[in-house]
Amino acid sequence: MRKVLLGNEAIARGAYEAGVAVAAGYPGTPSTEILENLARYGEIYCEWAPNEKVALEVAAGACWTGVRAIATMKHVGLNVAADPLMTLSYTGVRGGLVVVVADDPGMYSSQNEQDSRNYAKFAKVPLLEPSDSQEAKDFVGIALEISERFDTPVLLRSTTRLSHSRGVVALDERKAPPAPSFKKDPQKLVMLPLYARGRRRAMEERIAPLREFSEAFPHNRIIWRDRRVGVIASGVCYQYAEEVFPDASILKLGMTYPFPDGLIMKFAEEVEEVLVVEELDPFLEEHIRSLGIRAKGREYFPGVGELDPDRVLDGRLRWEGRPVLERPQEPGLPPRPPVMCPGCPHRGVFYVLSGMDVVITGDIGCYTLAVFPPLNAMDTLICMGAGISASMGMAKAGLEKPVVGVIGDSTFFHSGMTGLLDIAYNEGNVTIVVLDNRTTAMTGHQDHPGTGITLTGEETREARIEEVVRAFGIPRVRVVDPYNLEETRQILKEEVAAPEASAVISRRPCVLLHREYGPPYLVDPDLCTGCRRCLRLGCPALERVGRGREVKVRIDPLLCTGCGLCAQVCRFDAIGREEG
Amino acid sequence: MTNVVLTGVGGQGIVLASTMLVEAAFEAGYDVKANEVHGMAQRGGSVVAQVRFGEKVFSPLVPLGQADFLVALEEVEALRYAGYLRIDGVAIVNLRRVVPVTVSAGDARYPEDVDKRLRTRFEGRLVLVEGERLAREAGNVRTENVVLLGVLSRFLEIPLQLWEGVIAHLAPKRAVEANLRAFSLGRRVGYFGVPN
Repeated sequence: MRKVLLGNEAIARGAYEAGVAVAAGYPGTPSTEILENLARYGEIYCEWAPNEKVALEVAAGACWTGVRAIATMKHVGLNVAADPLMTLSYTGVRGGLVVVVADDPGMYSSQNEQDSRNYAKFAKVPLLEPSDSQEAKDFVGIALEISERFDTPVLLRSTTRLSHSRGVVALDERKAPPAPSFKKDPQKLVMLPLYARGRRRAMEERIAPLREFSEAFPHNRIIWRDRRVGVIASGVCYQYAEEVFPDASILKLGMTYPFPDGLIMKFAEEVEEVLVVEELDPFLEEHIRSLGIRAKGREYFPGVGELDPDRVLDGRLRWEGRPVLERPQEPGLPPRPPVMCPGCPHRGVFYVLSGMDVVITGDIGCYTLAVFPPLNAMDTLICMGAGISASMGMAKAGLEKPVVGVIGDSTFFHSGMTGLLDIAYNEGNVTIVVLDNRTTAMTGHQDHPGTGITLTGEETREARIEEVVRAFGIPRVRVVDPYNLEETRQILKEEVAAPEASAVISRRPCVLLHREYGPPYLVDPDLCTGCRRCLRLGCPALERVGRGREVKVRIDPLLCTGCGLCAQVCRFDAIGREEG
Repeated sequence: MTNVVLTGVGGQGIVLASTMLVEAAFEAGYDVKANEVHGMAQRGGSVVAQVRFGEKVFSPLVPLGQADFLVALEEVEALRYAGYLRIDGVAIVNLRRVVPVTVSAGDARYPEDVDKRLRTRFEGRLVLVEGERLAREAGNVRTENVVLLGVLSRFLEIPLQLWEGVIAHLAPKRAVEANLRAFSLGRRVGYFGVPN
């Protein structure tokens, strides 16, 4: 049977067919849909772990019982999971173990655009790069076979364009997983120095046979056409190369670590010039040049930002010494950046914070959008957890201004707890605001340890943020409703003024979670003075109408969710609901 | 090969419309690839999806200037992605303006001459659609996306019953009837839309 599948659905299907028994991950664009889809098959243990390090360790433990396992994450998640990855490369596996990592060239939904292929070389683990949905499915099974045959975890690397593109996939049946068992082997599985030294050698010794495998790997293949130019590409860039170089010979690489040096050299010998079409780091190009091949790539195909057929075409034109195409943009269009939704519970907290003289250390989530005007209420952001830990550093540096660290609920469980423990242990005087919207909102509403629901929809224990904070030794914990601006302002003022660490939990479900909207609010144009105070909320349902002295505000009834924040900030009682 | 670029504002149902087109083209026997935006960019931002079908498709992304059809659920977004359309490509544009926050905050302006600019830019190849009116007529104001899909379907060689099967399968359970009506109202708009 054939079906159209999203790249991520195809990866899930591949894991299903290959008989994977355990899968764990943490939601992160563009990787989220892999586990969501795998969980729907119902025969596989699938979990959202609190973070990627936990997910990879869960998958590792499972594979040591002889079953197949995968861990899924976005690129920055692999940084969190790097610790287990580096030493899993020593222990190796029993059942197959695949780490699926989805990079985000162009940073559509990420704080950086690191090239995670570097981890393969760093951890000395094999690397596969599928180029469409069919390969995304097939490569999961192949990766598991490689993992078992060479006793190593395998990295399967996707990108946004692969994960979120649809393509036709031929489906197969599921292989039955073996029963789990465990055999003691401390020399392989207990990495204290004595045994790690032995495994260190084993890790090095498997590279040569893996290279031989890569040479013969059918998905590393040459498509012979005109031999004046030979293009080398992997992943989705192969598709762009086919589009832009339909006349050229192409070496398509599906396995990019260890490199198939013999195949690359054979290809280079047969063509007059070698071009590498590659996104982000010159991972292939640098290696190819190290083989003494005068390959070109980066000078024509930029390493900053995402590639697409147009940028690859521009590169080809530059390489041919022809002028690049002009593509005039329609001038004078208003930008349309993403914004907090109408009724977003984060808005109330940030509206209040924007009126306070504090430094706000931020974190990863929808609430990061508070950085933009009109709220302007976020001062720093690097990674998950740093919203809490960086506030500690600022306070300990002796900053006179109060510091407020903000973090979401899912993010708090991901890596905020250890930072908070630091604040408790080393007595930091900061205020932590946990934006508890009862879900992992930005990635599309995944459950987490604080929601009391598992990935497969079962009820479970619910971790309570206020109890965690108290258990760490911080007694000052307050809960506010961010739809109540006066209460939120009062409590934030008190806690920021307090001479010790405190936590404020802003609790209200994401407005998109249950979609239970109240009746919309209306502006009475006779009472509206056009002061625009309500527009400082940055709500997309509020619209300025008229010009000059006639400026009024209008509320779009199709967008308004009835949260009532605008009515609370209006000084002229101009915003209300229709009676009855 | 047929290339379609669909655009609009996060929340207007671009990804769903794109998925329906993908499935219909697949059912009709074509090789098909498509791309869509997830995550952060969806939060009320400018959203674009691309669908390509034919004998064999490589890139999931449509090169600039090669789209046969530009389907826009919002007027400014039609102009923003106008560069994708071929010189002889057709623009199917919903008569709807969604004001971005940058405009309501006073940092940018919504071009008041957007209708004139649409006519100039897509001269003779523009189908304007009263999506909101037709969606209401279909019984669900959120079916503008499927109204426009109905308009598009008149230009494509995909049999009607395939479309109807796909819509019935993919539309939200409670809104299947409204979506089918929206599609059929869109088909009746045909090649001409409202006079322009």
